[in-house]
Amino acid sequence: MNDIHALTGAYAVDALDAAERLAFEEHLATCADCRTEVSELTEAAGLLTELVAVAPAPRLRSAVLAEIDRVRPLPPLPSITTTSVASTERDEPEENVLPLRRRPVRAALVAAAAAAALIGGGLAITQPWQDEASQQLSAADRVLAAADAEEVTLDFPDGASARLVRSAREGRAVLVTHAMPAAPRGRDYQLWLQTPDGKMVDAGLMPDRADQTVLLTGDASRATGAGITVEPDGGSPQPTTEPIAFFDLSEAG
Amino acid sequence: MNPTHPVPSGESPPEGAAGDPIAALLRRSARGDQAAFADLYDATAARLHGLVLRVVRDPAQADEVTQEAYLEIWRTAARFDSGRGSALAWLMTIGHRRAVDRVRSAQAATRRDNEYLRDEREAGPDVTAEAALSGLEARRVRTALEALTAVQREAIELAYFGGYTHTEVAALLDLPVGTAKTRIRDGLIRLRDTMGVGQ
Repeated sequence: MNDIHALTGAYAVDALDAAERLAFEEHLATCADCRTEVSELTEAAGLLTELVAVAPAPRLRSAVLAEIDRVRPLPPLPSITTTSVASTERDEPEENVLPLRRRPVRAALVAAAAAAALIGGGLAITQPWQDEASQQLSAADRVLAAADAEEVTLDFPDGASARLVRSAREGRAVLVTHAMPAAPRGRDYQLWLQTPDGKMVDAGLMPDRADQTVLLTGDASRATGAGITVEPDGGSPQPTTEPIAFFDLSEAG
Repeated sequence: MNPTHPVPSGESPPEGAAGDPIAALLRRSARGDQAAFADLYDATAARLHGLVLRVVRDPAQADEVTQEAYLEIWRTAARFDSGRGSALAWLMTIGHRRAVDRVRSAQAATRRDNEYLRDEREAGPDVTAEAALSGLEARRVRTALEALTAVQREAIELAYFGGYTHTEVAALLDLPVGTAKTRIRDGLIRLRDTMGVGQ
Protein backbone atom coordinates (compact mmCIF):
# COMPACT_ATOMS: atom_id res chain seq x y z
CA MET A 1 0.00 0.00 0.00
CA ASN A 2 1.32 3.29 -1.09
CA ASP A 3 1.70 5.82 1.69
CA ILE A 4 -0.90 8.29 0.53
CA HIS A 5 -3.71 5.73 0.92
CA ALA A 6 -3.00 5.69 4.65
CA LEU A 7 -4.29 9.27 4.88
CA THR A 8 -7.96 8.27 4.44
CA GLY A 9 -8.60 8.28 8.18
CA ALA A 10 -6.85 11.56 8.84
CA TYR A 11 -8.72 13.10 5.91
CA ALA A 12 -12.07 11.84 7.22
CA VAL A 13 -11.53 13.67 10.51
CA ASP A 14 -9.97 16.80 8.96
CA ALA A 15 -6.59 15.99 10.47
CA LEU A 16 -4.56 17.01 7.42
CA ASP A 17 -2.95 20.38 7.09
CA ALA A 18 -3.88 22.53 4.12
CA ALA A 19 -1.15 21.28 1.81
CA GLU A 20 -1.74 17.63 2.66
CA ARG A 21 -5.44 18.06 2.18
CA LEU A 22 -4.95 19.51 -1.26
CA ALA A 23 -2.58 16.73 -2.30
CA PHE A 24 -4.86 14.06 -0.91
CA GLU A 25 -7.88 15.48 -2.71
CA GLU A 26 -5.97 15.26 -5.95
CA HIS A 27 -5.23 11.65 -5.14
CA LEU A 28 -8.86 10.98 -4.22
CA ALA A 29 -9.95 12.07 -7.65
CA THR A 30 -8.12 9.15 -9.18
CA CYS A 31 -8.53 6.49 -6.50
CA ALA A 32 -11.94 4.87 -6.13
CA ASP A 33 -10.79 2.70 -3.22
CA CYS A 34 -9.82 5.74 -1.20
CA ARG A 35 -13.08 7.49 -2.05
CA THR A 36 -15.03 4.54 -0.71
CA GLU A 37 -12.90 4.29 2.38
CA VAL A 38 -13.11 8.02 3.07
CA SER A 39 -16.87 7.96 2.83
CA GLU A 40 -17.11 4.97 5.18
CA LEU A 41 -14.70 6.43 7.71
CA THR A 42 -16.43 9.80 7.57
CA GLU A 43 -19.62 7.96 8.35
CA ALA A 44 -17.96 6.20 11.28
CA ALA A 45 -16.54 9.44 12.66
CA GLY A 46 -19.92 11.13 12.34
CA LEU A 47 -21.41 8.52 14.65
CA LEU A 48 -19.20 9.79 17.44
CA THR A 49 -21.23 12.99 17.56
CA GLU A 50 -23.88 10.90 19.26
CA LEU A 51 -21.69 11.12 22.34
CA VAL A 52 -21.25 14.87 22.50
CA ALA A 53 -24.68 16.31 21.68
CA VAL A 54 -25.34 19.71 23.24
CA ALA A 55 -28.47 21.61 22.31
CA PRO A 56 -27.64 25.11 21.09
CA ALA A 57 -29.41 28.10 22.60
CA PRO A 58 -32.90 28.72 21.21
CA ARG A 59 -31.83 32.12 19.85
CA LEU A 60 -29.42 30.34 17.52
CA ARG A 61 -32.35 28.56 15.91
CA SER A 62 -34.22 31.83 15.42
CA ALA A 63 -31.10 33.44 13.97
CA VAL A 64 -30.51 30.60 11.52
CA LEU A 65 -34.13 30.48 10.38
CA ALA A 66 -34.26 34.25 9.99
CA GLU A 67 -31.11 34.25 7.94
CA ILE A 68 -32.03 31.46 5.52
CA ASP A 69 -35.06 33.48 4.56
CA ARG A 70 -32.65 35.87 2.88
CA VAL A 71 -30.36 33.31 1.27
CA ARG A 72 -31.08 31.46 -1.92
CA PRO A 73 -30.09 27.78 -2.01
CA LEU A 74 -27.66 26.97 -4.78
CA PRO A 75 -28.74 24.75 -7.66
CA PRO A 76 -27.39 21.21 -7.85
CA LEU A 77 -24.08 20.64 -9.56
CA PRO A 78 -24.30 18.80 -12.85
CA SER A 79 -23.85 15.18 -11.89
CA ILE A 80 -20.31 13.98 -12.18
CA THR A 81 -20.21 10.47 -13.52
CA THR A 82 -18.49 8.30 -11.02
CA THR A 83 -18.14 5.35 -13.34
CA SER A 84 -17.19 2.20 -11.58
CA VAL A 85 -15.98 0.47 -14.71
CA ALA A 86 -12.77 -1.04 -13.51
CA SER A 87 -10.89 -0.65 -16.75
CA THR A 88 -11.40 3.09 -16.92
CA GLU A 89 -10.41 3.54 -13.31
CA ARG A 90 -6.70 3.72 -13.92
CA ASP A 91 -5.40 7.22 -13.96
CA GLU A 92 -8.23 9.27 -15.28
CA PRO A 93 -8.91 12.26 -13.17
CA GLU A 94 -12.67 12.59 -13.35
CA GLU A 95 -12.86 15.51 -11.05
CA ASN A 96 -12.61 19.21 -11.09
CA VAL A 97 -9.07 19.81 -12.14
CA LEU A 98 -7.77 20.74 -15.50
CA PRO A 99 -4.33 21.86 -16.47
CA LEU A 100 -4.41 25.42 -17.61
CA ARG A 101 -1.62 27.46 -19.00
CA ARG A 102 -0.82 30.62 -17.20
CA ARG A 103 -2.08 33.40 -19.38
CA PRO A 104 -1.16 37.03 -19.44
CA VAL A 105 -3.60 39.47 -17.91
CA ARG A 106 -3.86 41.33 -21.21
CA ALA A 107 -5.37 38.35 -22.98
CA ALA A 108 -7.76 37.79 -20.13
CA LEU A 109 -9.02 41.32 -20.40
CA VAL A 110 -9.68 40.93 -24.10
CA ALA A 111 -11.70 37.84 -23.34
CA ALA A 112 -13.55 39.72 -20.66
CA ALA A 113 -14.45 42.42 -23.10
CA ALA A 114 -15.85 39.80 -25.42
CA ALA A 115 -17.89 38.29 -22.63
CA ALA A 116 -19.15 41.67 -21.57
CA ALA A 117 -20.21 42.42 -25.12
CA LEU A 118 -22.03 39.13 -25.23
CA ILE A 119 -24.02 40.10 -22.19
CA GLY A 120 -25.15 43.26 -23.89
CA GLY A 121 -27.68 45.57 -22.32
CA GLY A 122 -28.66 43.32 -19.46
CA LEU A 123 -31.06 44.73 -16.94
CA ALA A 124 -29.64 45.59 -13.59
CA ILE A 125 -31.81 44.06 -10.94
CA THR A 126 -31.38 45.31 -7.43
CA GLN A 127 -31.01 42.53 -4.93
CA PRO A 128 -30.49 42.43 -1.19
CA TRP A 129 -27.05 41.03 -1.78
CA GLN A 130 -25.64 42.14 1.54
CA ASP A 131 -27.77 39.58 3.30
CA GLU A 132 -26.50 36.71 1.25
CA ALA A 133 -22.99 37.92 1.74
CA SER A 134 -23.34 38.35 5.47
CA GLN A 135 -22.96 34.67 6.20
CA GLN A 136 -19.48 34.76 4.77
CA LEU A 137 -18.51 37.98 6.39
CA SER A 138 -16.41 36.63 9.17
CA ALA A 139 -14.13 34.51 7.01
CA ALA A 140 -13.99 37.07 4.20
CA ASP A 141 -13.28 39.85 6.64
CA ARG A 142 -10.45 37.89 8.14
CA VAL A 143 -8.86 37.54 4.71
CA LEU A 144 -9.34 41.20 3.85
CA ALA A 145 -7.85 42.27 7.17
CA ALA A 146 -5.02 39.76 7.17
CA ALA A 147 -1.53 41.14 7.60
CA ASP A 148 -0.27 38.94 4.79
CA ALA A 149 -3.07 39.76 2.34
CA GLU A 150 -1.91 39.93 -1.28
CA GLU A 151 -4.11 41.33 -3.99
CA VAL A 152 -4.50 41.63 -7.73
CA THR A 153 -6.99 44.02 -9.30
CA LEU A 154 -8.31 43.71 -12.84
CA ASP A 155 -10.20 46.49 -14.59
CA PHE A 156 -12.55 45.52 -17.37
CA PRO A 157 -13.13 47.76 -20.38
CA ASP A 158 -16.80 48.25 -19.52
CA GLY A 159 -15.96 49.86 -16.17
CA ALA A 160 -16.31 46.74 -14.07
CA SER A 161 -13.48 45.74 -11.80
CA ALA A 162 -12.58 42.80 -9.66
CA ARG A 163 -10.06 42.58 -6.88
CA LEU A 164 -8.79 39.24 -5.67
CA VAL A 165 -7.34 39.15 -2.16
CA ARG A 166 -5.58 36.13 -0.81
CA SER A 167 -4.21 35.46 2.65
CA ALA A 168 -1.92 32.46 2.72
CA ARG A 169 -2.16 32.41 6.49
CA GLU A 170 -5.94 32.30 6.45
CA GLY A 171 -5.72 29.84 3.59
CA ARG A 172 -8.56 31.58 1.76
CA ALA A 173 -9.12 34.00 -1.05
CA VAL A 174 -11.82 36.62 -1.51
CA LEU A 175 -13.08 38.29 -4.64
CA VAL A 176 -14.43 41.82 -4.42
CA THR A 177 -16.33 42.96 -7.50
CA HIS A 178 -17.51 46.34 -8.65
CA ALA A 179 -20.11 46.95 -11.37
CA MET A 180 -19.89 43.40 -12.70
CA PRO A 181 -22.47 42.68 -15.39
CA ALA A 182 -24.65 39.63 -14.73
CA ALA A 183 -23.66 36.35 -16.33
CA PRO A 184 -25.45 35.66 -19.62
CA ARG A 185 -28.83 33.95 -19.40
CA GLY A 186 -28.48 30.27 -18.55
CA ARG A 187 -24.88 30.79 -17.43
CA ASP A 188 -23.10 31.29 -14.16
CA TYR A 189 -19.79 32.81 -13.29
CA GLN A 190 -17.64 30.17 -11.69
CA LEU A 191 -14.50 30.75 -9.66
CA TRP A 192 -11.36 28.65 -9.77
CA LEU A 193 -8.14 28.38 -7.86
CA GLN A 194 -4.99 27.39 -9.68
CA THR A 195 -2.80 24.85 -7.92
CA PRO A 196 1.00 25.12 -8.04
CA ASP A 197 1.07 22.48 -10.77
CA GLY A 198 -1.25 24.52 -12.94
CA LYS A 199 -4.56 22.77 -12.35
CA MET A 200 -7.77 24.70 -11.89
CA VAL A 201 -9.88 23.59 -8.93
CA ASP A 202 -13.51 24.59 -8.43
CA ALA A 203 -13.81 27.46 -5.94
CA GLY A 204 -17.55 27.99 -6.09
CA LEU A 205 -20.05 29.99 -8.08
CA MET A 206 -20.19 33.76 -8.07
CA PRO A 207 -23.73 35.03 -7.58
CA ASP A 208 -25.02 37.54 -10.12
CA ARG A 209 -24.46 40.75 -8.20
CA ALA A 210 -22.74 43.85 -9.46
CA ASP A 211 -20.95 44.67 -6.25
CA GLN A 212 -20.13 41.93 -3.84
CA THR A 213 -17.55 40.16 -1.75
CA VAL A 214 -17.28 36.45 -2.44
CA LEU A 215 -15.28 34.01 -0.38
CA LEU A 216 -13.73 31.41 -2.65
CA THR A 217 -14.24 27.88 -1.42
CA GLY A 218 -11.23 25.66 -0.91
CA ASP A 219 -7.73 26.15 0.27
CA ALA A 220 -6.04 29.14 -1.34
CA SER A 221 -2.84 29.11 0.68
CA ARG A 222 -0.72 27.73 -2.14
CA ALA A 223 -2.81 28.90 -5.07
CA THR A 224 -0.76 30.44 -7.84
CA GLY A 225 -3.75 32.11 -9.38
CA ALA A 226 -7.50 32.43 -9.50
CA GLY A 227 -9.83 32.61 -12.47
CA ILE A 228 -13.40 33.38 -13.42
CA THR A 229 -15.09 31.45 -16.22
CA VAL A 230 -18.58 31.55 -17.70
CA GLU A 231 -20.18 28.11 -17.25
CA PRO A 232 -23.59 26.55 -17.81
CA ASP A 233 -26.00 27.31 -14.95
CA GLY A 234 -24.92 25.57 -11.78
CA GLY A 235 -21.27 25.42 -12.74
CA SER A 236 -19.00 22.75 -14.16
CA PRO A 237 -16.66 20.25 -12.56
CA GLN A 238 -13.86 21.76 -14.59
CA PRO A 239 -13.57 24.89 -16.69
CA THR A 240 -15.26 24.51 -20.08
CA THR A 241 -14.36 27.97 -21.34
CA GLU A 242 -11.31 30.18 -21.24
CA PRO A 243 -11.30 32.40 -18.16
CA ILE A 244 -12.76 35.88 -18.63
CA ALA A 245 -10.35 36.97 -15.94
CA PHE A 246 -7.25 35.46 -14.45
CA PHE A 247 -5.57 36.78 -11.34
CA ASP A 248 -1.92 35.83 -11.29
CA LEU A 249 -0.99 35.41 -7.66
CA SER A 250 2.59 34.51 -8.40
CA GLU A 251 3.17 38.21 -9.03
CA ALA A 252 0.85 39.55 -6.36
CA GLY A 253 2.10 41.80 -3.64
CA MET B 1 -33.99 22.23 20.05
CA ASN B 2 -34.74 19.24 22.16
CA PRO B 3 -31.48 17.57 23.07
CA THR B 4 -33.10 14.19 23.32
CA HIS B 5 -34.73 14.54 19.93
CA PRO B 6 -34.19 11.16 18.34
CA VAL B 7 -31.83 11.39 15.45
CA PRO B 8 -32.61 8.54 13.13
CA SER B 9 -29.21 8.78 11.63
CA GLY B 10 -26.91 6.53 13.51
CA GLU B 11 -28.52 3.44 12.12
CA SER B 12 -25.87 3.18 9.41
CA PRO B 13 -28.27 4.10 6.64
CA PRO B 14 -28.35 1.77 3.69
CA GLU B 15 -26.55 3.45 0.80
CA GLY B 16 -28.29 6.63 -0.27
CA ALA B 17 -31.51 5.11 0.81
CA ALA B 18 -34.95 6.54 0.66
CA GLY B 19 -34.94 5.52 4.30
CA ASP B 20 -32.71 8.43 5.29
CA PRO B 21 -35.13 10.99 6.75
CA ILE B 22 -32.41 13.61 7.11
CA ALA B 23 -31.65 13.26 3.40
CA ALA B 24 -35.33 13.74 2.61
CA LEU B 25 -35.41 16.96 4.66
CA LEU B 26 -32.22 18.09 2.95
CA ARG B 27 -33.72 17.54 -0.49
CA ARG B 28 -36.78 19.58 0.43
CA SER B 29 -34.55 22.30 1.86
CA ALA B 30 -32.65 22.44 -1.42
CA ARG B 31 -35.93 23.44 -3.07
CA GLY B 32 -36.32 26.31 -0.62
CA ASP B 33 -38.62 24.59 1.89
CA GLN B 34 -37.89 26.46 5.10
CA ALA B 35 -40.16 24.30 7.25
CA ALA B 36 -38.22 21.24 6.17
CA PHE B 37 -35.01 23.03 7.05
CA ALA B 38 -36.38 23.87 10.50
CA ASP B 39 -37.11 20.17 11.01
CA LEU B 40 -33.64 19.33 9.77
CA TYR B 41 -32.19 21.78 12.25
CA ASP B 42 -34.22 20.36 15.13
CA ALA B 43 -33.17 16.82 14.30
CA THR B 44 -29.47 17.53 13.99
CA ALA B 45 -28.52 20.76 15.79
CA ALA B 46 -27.62 19.16 19.12
CA ARG B 47 -25.15 16.82 17.46
CA LEU B 48 -23.65 19.40 15.15
CA HIS B 49 -23.41 22.05 17.82
CA GLY B 50 -22.03 19.58 20.36
CA LEU B 51 -19.33 18.63 17.89
CA VAL B 52 -18.47 22.24 17.11
CA LEU B 53 -18.38 23.10 20.80
CA ARG B 54 -16.00 20.21 21.47
CA VAL B 55 -13.58 21.46 18.89
CA VAL B 56 -13.91 25.21 19.35
CA ARG B 57 -14.48 25.17 23.15
CA ASP B 58 -15.44 28.81 23.40
CA PRO B 59 -19.26 28.89 23.54
CA ALA B 60 -19.62 32.25 21.79
CA GLN B 61 -17.41 31.17 18.90
CA ALA B 62 -19.10 27.79 18.78
CA ASP B 63 -22.44 29.54 18.31
CA GLU B 64 -21.03 31.48 15.38
CA VAL B 65 -19.57 28.40 13.77
CA THR B 66 -22.79 26.41 14.20
CA GLN B 67 -24.74 29.23 12.63
CA GLU B 68 -22.32 29.50 9.71
CA ALA B 69 -22.47 25.75 9.23
CA TYR B 70 -26.27 25.72 9.00
CA LEU B 71 -26.23 28.56 6.50
CA GLU B 72 -23.76 26.61 4.40
CA ILE B 73 -25.99 23.54 4.69
CA TRP B 74 -29.00 25.55 3.54
CA ARG B 75 -27.10 27.08 0.66
CA THR B 76 -25.49 23.88 -0.56
CA ALA B 77 -28.22 21.34 0.28
CA ALA B 78 -28.64 20.51 -3.40
CA ARG B 79 -25.03 19.40 -3.54
CA PHE B 80 -25.46 16.61 -1.05
CA ASP B 81 -24.84 13.34 -2.88
CA SER B 82 -26.60 10.43 -1.23
CA GLY B 83 -24.37 8.05 -3.15
CA ARG B 84 -21.45 9.17 -1.04
CA GLY B 85 -22.84 8.63 2.42
CA SER B 86 -25.59 9.61 4.79
CA ALA B 87 -26.98 13.10 5.10
CA LEU B 88 -26.04 13.19 8.75
CA ALA B 89 -22.40 12.45 7.98
CA TRP B 90 -22.47 15.21 5.37
CA LEU B 91 -23.83 17.71 7.89
CA MET B 92 -21.29 16.72 10.50
CA THR B 93 -18.49 17.06 7.95
CA ILE B 94 -19.54 20.63 7.22
CA GLY B 95 -19.72 21.49 10.92
CA HIS B 96 -16.43 19.80 11.69
CA ARG B 97 -14.57 21.39 8.81
CA ARG B 98 -15.74 24.84 9.85
CA ALA B 99 -14.87 24.24 13.49
CA VAL B 100 -11.41 23.03 12.56
CA ASP B 101 -10.88 25.99 10.23
CA ARG B 102 -11.82 28.28 13.09
CA VAL B 103 -9.42 26.83 15.63
CA ARG B 104 -6.57 26.55 13.14
CA SER B 105 -6.81 30.15 12.03
CA ALA B 106 -6.83 31.19 15.68
CA GLN B 107 -3.90 28.88 16.24
CA ALA B 108 -1.99 30.41 13.35
CA ALA B 109 -2.50 33.76 15.01
CA THR B 110 -1.32 32.73 18.45
CA ARG B 111 1.04 29.91 17.48
CA ARG B 112 0.69 27.26 20.07
CA ASP B 113 3.98 25.72 20.98
CA ASN B 114 4.45 22.16 22.10
CA GLU B 115 4.32 23.16 25.73
CA TYR B 116 0.90 24.61 25.19
CA LEU B 117 -0.20 21.61 23.20
CA ARG B 118 0.77 19.42 26.12
CA ASP B 119 -1.33 21.47 28.52
CA GLU B 120 -4.19 21.22 26.09
CA ARG B 121 -3.84 17.51 26.15
CA GLU B 122 -4.28 17.37 29.89
CA ALA B 123 -7.54 19.19 29.49
CA GLY B 124 -8.26 17.22 26.35
CA PRO B 125 -11.49 15.59 25.45
CA ASP B 126 -12.27 12.23 26.86
CA VAL B 127 -15.70 11.25 25.72
CA THR B 128 -15.55 7.75 27.00
CA ALA B 129 -15.15 8.98 30.54
CA GLU B 130 -18.33 10.94 30.33
CA ALA B 131 -21.39 9.56 31.95
CA ALA B 132 -24.98 10.61 31.61
CA LEU B 133 -25.45 9.51 28.06
CA SER B 134 -28.77 8.01 27.45
CA GLY B 135 -30.17 6.29 24.47
CA LEU B 136 -29.54 3.04 22.79
CA GLU B 137 -27.61 4.56 19.93
CA ALA B 138 -25.27 6.43 22.23
CA ARG B 139 -24.62 3.25 24.12
CA ARG B 140 -23.86 1.39 20.91
CA VAL B 141 -21.41 4.06 19.83
CA ARG B 142 -19.80 4.13 23.24
CA THR B 143 -19.39 0.39 23.20
CA ALA B 144 -17.86 0.55 19.74
CA LEU B 145 -15.45 3.23 20.89
CA GLU B 146 -14.47 1.13 23.86
CA ALA B 147 -13.64 -1.69 21.50
CA LEU B 148 -10.74 0.37 20.11
CA THR B 149 -7.32 0.12 21.61
CA ALA B 150 -6.56 2.91 24.04
CA VAL B 151 -4.02 4.43 21.68
CA GLN B 152 -6.42 4.37 18.74
CA ARG B 153 -9.11 6.02 20.81
CA GLU B 154 -6.74 8.67 22.04
CA ALA B 155 -5.57 9.51 18.54
CA ILE B 156 -9.11 9.71 17.17
CA GLU B 157 -10.34 11.88 20.02
CA LEU B 158 -7.48 14.34 19.65
CA ALA B 159 -8.03 14.53 15.91
CA TYR B 160 -11.81 14.59 15.78
CA PHE B 161 -12.77 16.33 18.99
CA GLY B 162 -9.52 18.18 19.56
CA GLY B 163 -9.25 19.40 15.96
CA TYR B 164 -5.54 18.61 15.76
CA THR B 165 -3.75 17.50 12.61
CA HIS B 166 -2.23 14.03 12.59
CA THR B 167 1.20 15.66 12.84
CA GLU B 168 0.11 17.53 15.96
CA VAL B 169 -1.45 14.37 17.34
CA ALA B 170 1.87 12.59 16.84
CA ALA B 171 3.68 15.38 18.70
CA LEU B 172 1.14 15.34 21.51
CA LEU B 173 1.51 11.61 21.94
CA ASP B 174 5.27 11.53 21.41
CA LEU B 175 4.87 9.34 18.37
CA PRO B 176 6.98 9.31 15.23
CA VAL B 177 5.24 11.31 12.50
CA GLY B 178 3.26 8.86 10.43
CA THR B 179 2.19 6.71 13.34
CA ALA B 180 -0.70 8.91 14.37
CA LYS B 181 -2.32 8.79 10.95
CA THR B 182 -2.16 4.99 11.02
CA ARG B 183 -3.78 4.88 14.44
CA ILE B 184 -6.51 7.23 13.36
CA ARG B 185 -7.21 5.14 10.28
CA ASP B 186 -7.03 1.78 12.04
CA GLY B 187 -9.29 3.05 14.79
CA LEU B 188 -11.87 4.43 12.38
CA ILE B 189 -11.81 1.18 10.41
CA ARG B 190 -12.52 -0.77 13.57
CA LEU B 191 -15.27 1.65 14.50
CA ARG B 192 -16.75 1.31 11.03
CA ASP B 193 -16.69 -2.47 11.24
CA THR B 194 -18.15 -2.57 14.75
CA MET B 195 -20.94 -0.20 13.84
CA GLY B 196 -21.59 -1.92 10.54
CA VAL B 197 -21.10 1.16 8.42
CA GLY B 198 -20.87 0.75 4.68
CA GLN B 199 -20.59 -2.98 4.06
